Amino acid sequence: MAVIYIDNVPYEVKAGKNLLEACLSLGFDLPYFCWHPAMGSVGACRQCAVKLFKDDQDTKGRLVMSCMESVRDNLYCSIEDTTAKAFRSQVIEWLMTNHPHDCAVCDEGGSCHLQDMTVMTGHAYRRFNYKKRTYNNQYLGPLINHEMNRCIQCYRCVRFYKDYAGGKDLDVFAAHNNVYFGRATDGVLENEFSGNLAEVCPTGVFTDKTLKEHYTRKWDLTMAPSICQHCSLGCNIIAGERYGELRQITNRYNGDVNGYFICDRGRFGYEYVNSLNRIQHPLIRSHVPEAVNRETLFDHLKPLLSGKVIGVGSPRASLESNFALRQLVGENQFFSGVPETTAEMMEIILSVFNTGDVRIPSMKETEEADVVLILGEDLNNSAPRLALSVRQAVRNNPVEVANTINIPAWHDAALRELVQSEKGDCFIAYPVITKLDELASGTYYISPDEIARLGYAIANFLDPQASAVPDLQGNMQGHAVLIGNSLQKAKNPLIVTGVSLQNPSIIKAAAAIAAALGEGDRKAMLAVVVPDCNSMGLAMMNAPSILNSTALSTIGSPDTLIILENDLFSISQEAQISEILDRSTNIIVLDHLHNPTSARADIVIPVGTFSEADGTLVNNEGRAQAYFQVYMPKNENLRESWRWLSDLKNLRDGTTDANNVTPHDLIRQLADKMPQFTGADQAMPTADLRIKDQKIPREPHRYSGRTAMNANLDVSEPKPPSDPDTPLSFTMEGYKGLQPAPLNSFFWSPGWNSNQSVHKYQMEVGGALYGGNPGVRLFNHINPGDRSYMNGIPPRFKPDKENWEMLPLPHLFGSEALSSLSKGIAELSPQPYVAINSMDAESLNVDEGSILQVIIEGVQYELPVKIKPELPARTAGLPYNLQELTGIKWPAHGQLVKG
Amino acid sequence: MLRVTETEHVDFSSELLSKFGEIVKRYPEGKHKAALLPILHLVQAEYGWLSPASMERVAGYLDLKPIEVYEVATFYTMFFLRPQGKYVLEVCRTGPCCLVGAEKIMEHLENKLGVKEGEVTADGQFSWRGVECLAACGMGPVLQIGPEYTFHENLTSESVDQLLVDLKNKDLSI
Repeated sequence: MAVIYIDNVPYEVKAGKNLLEACLSLGFDLPYFCWHPAMGSVGACRQCAVKLFKDDQDTKGRLVMSCMESVRDNLYCSIEDTTAKAFRSQVIEWLMTNHPHDCAVCDEGGSCHLQDMTVMTGHAYRRFNYKKRTYNNQYLGPLINHEMNRCIQCYRCVRFYKDYAGGKDLDVFAAHNNVYFGRATDGVLENEFSGNLAEVCPTGVFTDKTLKEHYTRKWDLTMAPSICQHCSLGCNIIAGERYGELRQITNRYNGDVNGYFICDRGRFGYEYVNSLNRIQHPLIRSHVPEAVNRETLFDHLKPLLSGKVIGVGSPRASLESNFALRQLVGENQFFSGVPETTAEMMEIILSVFNTGDVRIPSMKETEEADVVLILGEDLNNSAPRLALSVRQAVRNNPVEVANTINIPAWHDAALRELVQSEKGDCFIAYPVITKLDELASGTYYISPDEIARLGYAIANFLDPQASAVPDLQGNMQGHAVLIGNSLQKAKNPLIVTGVSLQNPSIIKAAAAIAAALGEGDRKAMLAVVVPDCNSMGLAMMNAPSILNSTALSTIGSPDTLIILENDLFSISQEAQISEILDRSTNIIVLDHLHNPTSARADIVIPVGTFSEADGTLVNNEGRAQAYFQVYMPKNENLRESWRWLSDLKNLRDGTTDANNVTPHDLIRQLADKMPQFTGADQAMPTADLRIKDQKIPREPHRYSGRTAMNANLDVSEPKPPSDPDTPLSFTMEGYKGLQPAPLNSFFWSPGWNSNQSVHKYQMEVGGALYGGNPGVRLFNHINPGDRSYMNGIPPRFKPDKENWEMLPLPHLFGSEALSSLSKGIAELSPQPYVAINSMDAESLNVDEGSILQVIIEGVQYELPVKIKPELPARTAGLPYNLQELTGIKWPAHGQLVKG
Repeated sequence: MLRVTETEHVDFSSELLSKFGEIVKRYPEGKHKAALLPILHLVQAEYGWLSPASMERVAGYLDLKPIEVYEVATFYTMFFLRPQGKYVLEVCRTGPCCLVGAEKIMEHLENKLGVKEGEVTADGQFSWRGVECLAACGMGPVLQIGPEYTFHENLTSESVDQLLVDLKNKDLSI
């Protein structure tokens, strides 16, 4: 700690920070542009000037940029000094000379850092009477809008895009008064994190193009804290609504999970909520008309619930909904709706996590790794935000030198100069080239079985007691020794693996490496990528997969099959799913979108998406996190799955709940029933939580038009909907102070309208939110000694001429079904293809683009060839879960025939 | 702003390429991006300006993305991103020179040559532009003429006319 004097008042602050961070952490309002809490300082914009004094006797002082000044004991500075203030207002004035007067029609207006800073410094009158500099804008794709005239040259965009996220196609051109930030030519931004430009840019140069389709100012949105639904990492987001339509997703800071950034799939994948394909009414297929009201539905359902009822849970439904289904059908009738191999892999992951042999890192902790080994994952496409963390981790080793020469960690300009292209060790084993390969010191393009064998060989090198791998291919032992040595020397090694390649041995091998690396304090980190937003939560409920053969034999022929938020036809072959559905007399589907499974249902019940429901999800590291309903849909049928299922239970049992069942009640019951969920109830606050007797508002206090916005329907202002389920209110009324971190509906602070206000919610800049980052880590129940997961080294991969190994290759856009319904994401999704290597293409006598018939278990696909020279022989990559390619049972083998 | 529209193919002579090779050798392995500036100078000396196609070719030579070359080339004002005349008249347009009539000199040049700033005369001989301080504030207005960078002080409309005549004659005498 250090004592610094700001305007002669002593404050105790953390040493090692820069003065700007210290001032902001202490609650001072000091304007800045180029500094960013995640990206450090470059001292470019000159906006954060303060007066620095030699000692308490010095009255003259000198102006310094606070972001470039290390905090040290006995530092005397002044924020209020008149020269410093004048300097700051001059900087704004000159930045504003060319800035257009278009706030009223600018998307950023009302949540604009430049606006806030201009007001803060008091620059209110433009003295610049000349012609402003203007630029041509570029087309940057369907997701991001470009408006260069607004630029104030803070360089944050390129620093984020190039330096932080590794983008190659956005750059800065020219100099002086003509600086231009953009691409070389018009075109779609290629980086997975381009959407963050909208938040990183302090003004309206880069804005969310999907928001433009239904534009609303930040202050007019009804917002709620939410969790991204589009992969397993559980990034925290804020979802905003107006007029019953979900309109915007922004990042919600969580120091342990996503920090300041989310990926484009998460930011732009929300449009399915507004889809015309939503199920709007309960449907009884045998009824005329099909759409029925709730009473008819319940009358019809009552007799169906008393016989043998089987429930199929979902990896994309909340714990509450899955648990409510389990309560309805009973423990032994509850199955998980995940493919068999995925279920097997999840079981292995759970057993590894339960042993306590490995450290399960949060995403923040993965950024602290110094050596990274990735086994069988293409992170940019399967868990993108984690790829961004790995990108930061590989800098840790070279950055270490900085400590020895007194370069502080926040000094980005100096660090980038020092590190240049130096990288720490990172090894990637995956069948094809991945984007992270550019960081890797070793890449191994091998088949899934060989990846597992390489992993086992590394484990054997690290711990000779681990089983040796027989019949190792070529130089594989040499590679294993190289990787093993590097991991052994590492202070904080990280192993990343996952289910993408649908090969259980890979997970086992990764776990074996992590376990072999160290015990106690030296435990290695094992990060695992799982398929869906609640795959982990569902797996922890220990329900067998509905596709499992033993499960099938216990099902027999049920009277009723209830399928929760799950399109079974997308996870396995049509024949297999049809066989299961055909067993049941009645099929009830609860879902929010029509899909092939709901088309087969006898009864369809519409449910709310994440924006119309509350719930809890467990992410890939076993962190239970709550998401909250954003708005009350006009359509009363769109209710939470757990509410429908609780009603159905009451209907069958002839009971009524004395009180409204809340998500917290359900989670508490779940934790009581299953000790593995102990603590999960802490993630979802009780509905009666009040702060100073008030609920927490979902709407900013400037929310406008509520007396008029529905006047076309009813001139009297309707009673606002109430929320009996959570401590949040659907209006702007409520507690205006700092909310508990899990209930931050939006980040706002007086004078800070943009998302830069997040530092007002942090205990220190870049640190935890007040009250701790949201989410509760489960997996405290250690089951040591059980290392059965270590067994099962697969035999050497043998290319088979007749039976090709099919590899599911995930894509950021296209592989996740819900996000693919967003217009922009659909546009950027790949066309179906089959990838083979050059030699295989030659032997099949096909070229890039020729049509191949791919036959998997009797199902034939006609796909154009994509040559990926690095693919192992006799393996064929297919884009995973693309709309045209759903319903493949992975892992898959098949035949390739020239069409 | 750079406009990347042309796609014509540029082939560097083997002589030029061997010069590139000499330059690349100056830098440690893996840091060959450092050779970019001197190589761009060579390309400009050869072609008179940096066409997008030639920059792309340089990018290929140094294993960079073309955008990395554009970034550098657009930053420095002495790289020409449009074809220039044989003689580039660069008039100082900084404060002191403006006070003694630099703007009038530029206006005179524009009328005399019949081309706007940065453009080339039809005969390909001349182009002109304003530049930042040429460090001769006591002798303004001043201009310099590339590519030899001869220096001319205390300019008047007449002396500029004479200069243009001299340059034309010099050209004929060769």
